[in-house]
Amino acid sequence: MIRMQDLQKDFTVRVKAGRLRREKRTVAAVDGVSLTIERGEMVGYIGPNGAGKSTTLKMLTGVLAPTSGEVSVLGLTPVPQRTRLALRIGVVFGQRSQLWWDLPLRESFRLLRHVYRVPAAEHEARLRRCRSLLDLDAFLDTPVRQLSLGQRMRGELTAALLHGPGVLFLDEPTIGLDVVSKQAVRSFLAELGATGDVTMVLTTHDLADIERLCHRLVVIDHGRVVHDGTIEALHERYGSRRSLVVDLDRPLPDGFTLPGATLTGVEADGHRVTFALDTASAGAAVAGLVSAASVRDLSVVEPDIEDVVARLYASA
Amino acid sequence: MGEIGAYVALLGGKLRSMAAYRTSFAIELLSNLGSTVLDVVTVFVLYRATAVVGGFSLAESLLMTGLTAAGFTLADMIVGNIDDLKRYVRTGTLDTVLIRPLRVLPQLIFMDLPLRKLLRLAFGIFVYAAALVANHIQWTAARALLAVVAPIAAGVFFGAIFVLTASLAFWWVESGEIGASFTYGGRDFTSYPITVYGDWFRDLFAYALGFGLVAYQPALALLGRTDPLGLPAWAGYAAPLVAAPAVAIAALVWGTGIRHYRSTGS
Amino acid sequence: MGGIDASVLTISPGRPLRASVTTFGALVGSGFRRYATYRQATIAGSFTNIVFGFLRCYVLLAVAAGAVGGRPGGYDTAQLATFVWVGQGLLTVVGIWGPPDLSDRIRSGDVASDLLRPVAPVTAYLAADLGRFLHAVLTRMIGPLIVGAIFFTLAVPTRWQTVPLFAVSAVLATIGSFGCRFLINATAYWLHDARGPLVLWTLSSGLLAGLYFPLRMLPEWLAVTLWVATPFPGLLQTPLDVLVERDPPVQQAGLVLLQACWAVALLALCRLVQHRAERKLVVQGG
Repeated sequence: MIRMQDLQKDFTVRVKAGRLRREKRTVAAVDGVSLTIERGEMVGYIGPNGAGKSTTLKMLTGVLAPTSGEVSVLGLTPVPQRTRLALRIGVVFGQRSQLWWDLPLRESFRLLRHVYRVPAAEHEARLRRCRSLLDLDAFLDTPVRQLSLGQRMRGELTAALLHGPGVLFLDEPTIGLDVVSKQAVRSFLAELGATGDVTMVLTTHDLADIERLCHRLVVIDHGRVVHDGTIEALHERYGSRRSLVVDLDRPLPDGFTLPGATLTGVEADGHRVTFALDTASAGAAVAGLVSAASVRDLSVVEPDIEDVVARLYASA
Repeated sequence: MGEIGAYVALLGGKLRSMAAYRTSFAIELLSNLGSTVLDVVTVFVLYRATAVVGGFSLAESLLMTGLTAAGFTLADMIVGNIDDLKRYVRTGTLDTVLIRPLRVLPQLIFMDLPLRKLLRLAFGIFVYAAALVANHIQWTAARALLAVVAPIAAGVFFGAIFVLTASLAFWWVESGEIGASFTYGGRDFTSYPITVYGDWFRDLFAYALGFGLVAYQPALALLGRTDPLGLPAWAGYAAPLVAAPAVAIAALVWGTGIRHYRSTGS
Repeated sequence: MGGIDASVLTISPGRPLRASVTTFGALVGSGFRRYATYRQATIAGSFTNIVFGFLRCYVLLAVAAGAVGGRPGGYDTAQLATFVWVGQGLLTVVGIWGPPDLSDRIRSGDVASDLLRPVAPVTAYLAADLGRFLHAVLTRMIGPLIVGAIFFTLAVPTRWQTVPLFAVSAVLATIGSFGCRFLINATAYWLHDARGPLVLWTLSSGLLAGLYFPLRMLPEWLAVTLWVATPFPGLLQTPLDVLVERDPPVQQAGLVLLQACWAVALLALCRLVQHRAERKLVVQGG
């Protein structure tokens, strides 16, 4: 579906050197990235600002030409075959609009049907599906400029999908959205991904997007891939664990241990304790606790991916 | 066919967007008309002080002004908004244009066709027609053909200049108003007999850049006057000969600009 | 009118003059620095001014060559050349086509934060514009002036008072231009969008200020009417006439006085309009 081989993108920047002199310096925004993404995969592409996420996406969509290396999407080479590729991919730039600012959403969709030369019946069917999944009907006749950011993003997603693309590129699709809109966008993308027809690559700063949507996570920093695998693999590699937070009627007896877990925190005079689950399953740990102490309440906390990624960026 | 339908749709989108701002559109329609009217008024005011400027009477000058106005407004209405390329590059609109399955230049043109310049075009043609009448031209078949071809050739030439100067933004986003020196500056240059300009300045604009063959020479041919600057009579019919290479150069520079944008991304 | 003028320059009635002057100076400084960052735009703009300088100058000189006595509108060729070339520099200095900051801020709603500042909005915007003026004096006059002097014979002032009068006149022109633009932009308080008025302003100001041809080339009754009844000649034509010594000394000074009256009236009008707009904002919540 998508193949990148030693993909490289260098930019020349002018750096101030002294009062008037400027020096040219070459900076690698993408520095030898090799990735293969299979049909139906949902890949989260993350990294700190300036890591090369957007540059990669621009090379995949034919906006930017690589300095060296190879890239192919759906068997096409993006830059020379840009217009052919454009008919088969969908792109959502979170901070740029595909829509006609002064026209109602409905009109933008109608225009895009002509731009992408979609047969009317197909167009109708796809639009109907998006309308119901994204609840568009309430604002379909509102000019885009009057839409809230969340409404607009739902419109952008529809706009990117109306021509039935095989690959969907999403550049920060949830940026600036409120919690409810983020949820709407995520469940829509999850549903879309579940069909297995659409390959998705999404960049984001919101790791909840990734946790919800992506089985595969690619972390890029300084233009290089520093992690490529599942979220679980990331946790494993960086030693992050699930934990069990327990509220107790009475503090635990001295010297209490839970096999396969480590006590990592004691709060509220011993009335709340936290265990990190090393090898024990959540079930076993709960059973062990209930038999030894009077448990009022407990919860299992998933490892915080933000922490992991923050540590990853710091170490890279 | 499908592609043409797409451009028609883009144009339709522009038309419907404008309908949302009827009052603004009306004001812009009138003010664009006004700016061309003022250009012509300026010629009349200058001729208040003298009967002859650069060896040409008011009516003769108006033929050049009218020819320029018709050609320039034609170009301005069709490709004038390409001026905004600086903004498209800076705001990233160019990226959204690049991800659509259409060619970049026609897309930009049809997305934002400045129809507010429509009245101005009509006025430009009116001035040209009035000047043709005022000069008592001795019509021949060749002159009739020239009278029709000349404003179109001028339009094509100015269109090429618009694309050429706008392309500068691919390399220099902060180029500001520099393009206007050659688009609006070129228009001002061809609005008067080129005999008024100093030697090197005239050589540069008229012959090196080709502006001299756009309005001045065709006007001489229509008027049946010989060129006081010594170019042969056939030069009056040479406007298409400068328009064609200008388009070729503009297309080349535009393509290079797009390639440059794709390698630098800014 | 004098009283209004004084109150315009007062930043906050309760504060000592020195503090007000310091604040005003700081605002001018920040306006200056804002423009100092656009170095490339300065070069591009000067280039354009110079090209148009050549175009206009050659045409006017050709007109002079055919005119009775070689003096169209009462200018000799050196005066015409000076008029054009200094005019090309002064155009940016005066800022006739300055940025539509205020209407942008009104449309985006940012204007509300202007009201929270301790400085009256008209004063703050004027200070910023004077900063822009200073920057333009240092950067945008020089290019056209040098090129004009190399390629044409320019008129050198013969009276001692001409240069100081020109300086005063240029400042007054800037204030007048600021006042006009403020009023045009302020229409956005009521129209929501100043695009239409701004377009009309751009259209009329160039011609009526004397950018395309000296207004003295118009019929005399029309020129006089423009001068007395509109602020436009005060934006460009007056300082240029003062510099090229188009008129005898008394009339030269009189033109500047007329310009000063217009500047004061415009600032007073700005205050009034801003006051009304603020009341509207407070009552209707924007």
